[in-house]
Amino acid sequence: MTLKWEASAFKNPLSRARGLGSLHEGAHHWLAQRVTALSNLGLGIWAICSMTTLVQGTYADMHTWIASFPNSVLLALFILSTFYHAALGLQVVVEDYVHCQLTKLLTLVAIRFTLFAGAAAAIFSILKLAL
Amino acid sequence: MNSPKTSNRPLSPHLQVWRWTPTMAMSILHRSTGCALAVGLLIVVWWLVAAAGGAGTYDTFLSFATSTIGQLMLVGWLFALYLHMFSGIRHLVMDTGHWLTVKAGDRAAAVIVLSSILFTLVTWACMKGWF
Repeated sequence: MTLKWEASAFKNPLSRARGLGSLHEGAHHWLAQRVTALSNLGLGIWAICSMTTLVQGTYADMHTWIASFPNSVLLALFILSTFYHAALGLQVVVEDYVHCQLTKLLTLVAIRFTLFAGAAAAIFSILKLAL
Repeated sequence: MNSPKTSNRPLSPHLQVWRWTPTMAMSILHRSTGCALAVGLLIVVWWLVAAAGGAGTYDTFLSFATSTIGQLMLVGWLFALYLHMFSGIRHLVMDTGHWLTVKAGDRAAAVIVLSSILFTLVTWACMKGWF
């Protein structure tokens, strides 16, 4: 279904046309996905290397590891980078396969709510362990 | 604006009519591993929230992570991570205009899948302390 506001008077023809065109920012999503891919690559390799030793330790070992610099900062960056990358990627998948405007809108909002909430909870937990 | 579902125009034939090729499989694998990793991020959130909750809640997480299902999910997630990572590197290279031929794509598919399996096994062995 097409949402009412898409054709309604709430949007004048110019803003509607602006919303449809590239507006010289069409590359932003694409570029952000590539930039976060690069940061994911570096932080991901660091995370895997750290995990291989962490899984063999105790709770206290893990607590000390997260609390020490630069692990807490890198872990927070890992969360920000991967969650942003996931939001961008899932958005493209939804836009490709969900054709009903209402379902698409609700799915995209639900994905962002979930990812933002998850990232916030993760970073709060890192701070709680580190401080 | 009509969505594709409401218009009566014929849809182009989709996945089921094409002969499978390595490049097509890689494209699908890149997307599906991306989606799987997004779900895996929520497990990462669980790990951090459980850790911040103290040794008691962390034990609850560990009992899941060390269970058979938890371990299977961890191996699958590791494999998905490596495949998405290596396939992502290929995408970054393709963005520069290289590796764009069918031959290069087929070769990349083989290298990506084989190295993902190898890296998963080596990482798993490191986690288990076999080295």
